[in-house]
Amino acid sequence: MEVTEPRIPVPPAIEADLAEGAAINSIRETCKLIPDPDKWLEEELSRNIVVTTVDAVLDWGRRCSVWPVNMGLACCAFEMIAMANARFDIARFGMEFLRPSPRQADLLWVVGTLTWKMAPALKRIYDQMPEPKWVMAIGVCAISGGTFRESYSVVPGVNCILPVDVYVPGCPPRPEGILYGISLLHQKIGRSTIQGQLADKIEEWKQKMKLEAYLGGMWR
Amino acid sequence: MTVALKAETVGQKVAQAFPTAIITADKEAIIVPPDSLFQVAHFLKNTPEFDFDYLTSLTAVDYLDYFEVIYHLTSLRYDHSLVLKTRCYERERPTVPSVVSLWQGADLQEREVYDLMGIIFPGHPNLKRIFLWEGFPGHPLRRDYL
Amino acid sequence: MPLKTEPIVLNIGPQHPSSHGLFRLRLTLDGEVVTDLELVLGYLHRGIEKLAEGRTYAQNIPLTDRLDYLASMTNNFAYVLAVEKLAGIKVPERAEYLRVIMAELMRLTSHLAFIGFLLNELGAYFTPLFYMFRDREKILDLFEMVCGQRLTYNYMRLGGVSHDIPEEFIPAVKRLLNEMPRFTDEYEQLISGNEILLARTKGVGILSRDKAINASASGPVLRASGVKWDIRKVDPYSVYDRLDFEVPVGSVGDVYDRYWVRVQEMRQSVRILKQAIEQLPKGEIRSEVPHLLRPPQSEAYGRIEAPKGELGFYLVSDNSIAPYRFHIRPPALINLTALRDMVIGWKLADAVVIFGSLDTVLGEVDR
Repeated sequence: MEVTEPRIPVPPAIEADLAEGAAINSIRETCKLIPDPDKWLEEELSRNIVVTTVDAVLDWGRRCSVWPVNMGLACCAFEMIAMANARFDIARFGMEFLRPSPRQADLLWVVGTLTWKMAPALKRIYDQMPEPKWVMAIGVCAISGGTFRESYSVVPGVNCILPVDVYVPGCPPRPEGILYGISLLHQKIGRSTIQGQLADKIEEWKQKMKLEAYLGGMWR
Repeated sequence: MTVALKAETVGQKVAQAFPTAIITADKEAIIVPPDSLFQVAHFLKNTPEFDFDYLTSLTAVDYLDYFEVIYHLTSLRYDHSLVLKTRCYERERPTVPSVVSLWQGADLQEREVYDLMGIIFPGHPNLKRIFLWEGFPGHPLRRDYL
Repeated sequence: MPLKTEPIVLNIGPQHPSSHGLFRLRLTLDGEVVTDLELVLGYLHRGIEKLAEGRTYAQNIPLTDRLDYLASMTNNFAYVLAVEKLAGIKVPERAEYLRVIMAELMRLTSHLAFIGFLLNELGAYFTPLFYMFRDREKILDLFEMVCGQRLTYNYMRLGGVSHDIPEEFIPAVKRLLNEMPRFTDEYEQLISGNEILLARTKGVGILSRDKAINASASGPVLRASGVKWDIRKVDPYSVYDRLDFEVPVGSVGDVYDRYWVRVQEMRQSVRILKQAIEQLPKGEIRSEVPHLLRPPQSEAYGRIEAPKGELGFYLVSDNSIAPYRFHIRPPALINLTALRDMVIGWKLADAVVIFGSLDTVLGEVDR
């Protein structure tokens, strides 16, 4: 086979490096601490009778097989892999596949130290995940930078870049500790409701389709 | 046991082979100026008496007056080792000749020294930053960074 | 009529299925054959060398754990050896034997993880990994018995070790050593009995002897290419000169040889452990070292044979409580120097397998 010049010329590698460096510098300068999503801690959620059963079914479905995206960065990754093996089994929760693909995942767990060089890639993977999605920060390096907090290249905590739902401390946390974090996440999913989101979406849809005129106010 | 060769004896032999270069020897290592580094390294690698064919480690230290690049050499046949040092007195753009053409193992280690200390190695095929990103301000491992 | 193709540049990005860590490969492919390779590192660079200049010698021991996190105690061992060389500290005998026992157990866990991940990359996904981790968990239980941690131990101290072994430790190790030869036979048979795996590993990714020496490869990668160089034999440290073992050496330098050398090393580790347990003397486990150690102004290079290769620490002290320069000679990074020459000419699937056979851990490469 004859190898010809590519039709679309590929820029030299140094340009890709410079572009990457510019992206990292911009994310480093513009990021700020993202507050944790904690609406689920509100006391009595007054739920609409229409959505209670829907909520129960959806929450049961979502929490009984949360599929994670494997974001094992450093040493804690080996406790995550140990948890996926036969001794501390997470297949009983339906989570045994540590797939690296974000398109079919619900949970992003950041396991290990996050550096500024990796931060744009992490944000990109989070953006590629479909809703609803949750984030767990496992290990002290992901929570706050850990032992390496004063370093020049370590992000002081994943919540500078992503909103985090559950924090699991430890260096590294034992697999039983990560399992406890997963059970807390299941409780959180169990108390979530689609009411707020659904009502907003219904409002939008109503405005778009002007259904009130058709259905005589039934959807109010 | 790996015998660590005495720096004075080796220093005298090297000085005989290169009378123009200023070769000094302290307790553990031979110190060579950067201009004659490549010839001395070539001599140490190819003389049958020494035969240093394995570069164990390449690193750099920042003493505030000068930078020092340290090469740990080993011979697999005779099982002896030597420490070779070179000092560079410039602060803005320090340059030390690259030894990649003699020992390919120096490739990634010289890139690391360039990235973290800022020492430039002319003769290296691909001297780019390896651990930090392009656009990172400064060289972190210098003593006057932060 | 000749077919015309054009090369494509494929980016195997920092997050990908191979579980070795965060690295990035930019491959230039002509069809499926690799014509050029560029390795981008640094996604786990935490600045350990700079952080260590601000901590005392004893406070740096936990930092060294996080380097090669699959074999943490060997990192501690190398660092403590370097500091003892710098400051002239003597270590009691019982502590030396305990260090050797822990180092050989760590070698077993590291090679078990290597086999599991290599088979993962050859296509057998997670199933062999389950078996390897089953045995690895047994060894991690032993470590938990001694020092309470499963992954990052912080067990060695300047002048000895931190805890003495409890009474259940030696019987448990003997039980494990009785079972290990049977497991090692199983692992050896996994690849050598399987035609497909043999076809994928024999003759693939050959690293010749001269190239390996020139590229400063060390450890099992160097030994698989035919060079008999093991730091435990040529430059014995601790009590290795009193223990009797062999050094397995490969012949060709392909992926199969690197796998075979590591399986044989596991057998030799079992042999060393049996001798060390018999020779274990009674006595102290730690000698008196001042809390804030101030070594004299000098430098030292201490090295050991870690499961990945030759791990060395170069320390420069200026008579203060913190090191002036703390440099790590990372075996995993230096073994990667020859990767480009090994991979060019092979197909994309082989590139992943060749990378896996070098057994890199990104914590050590990037530090």
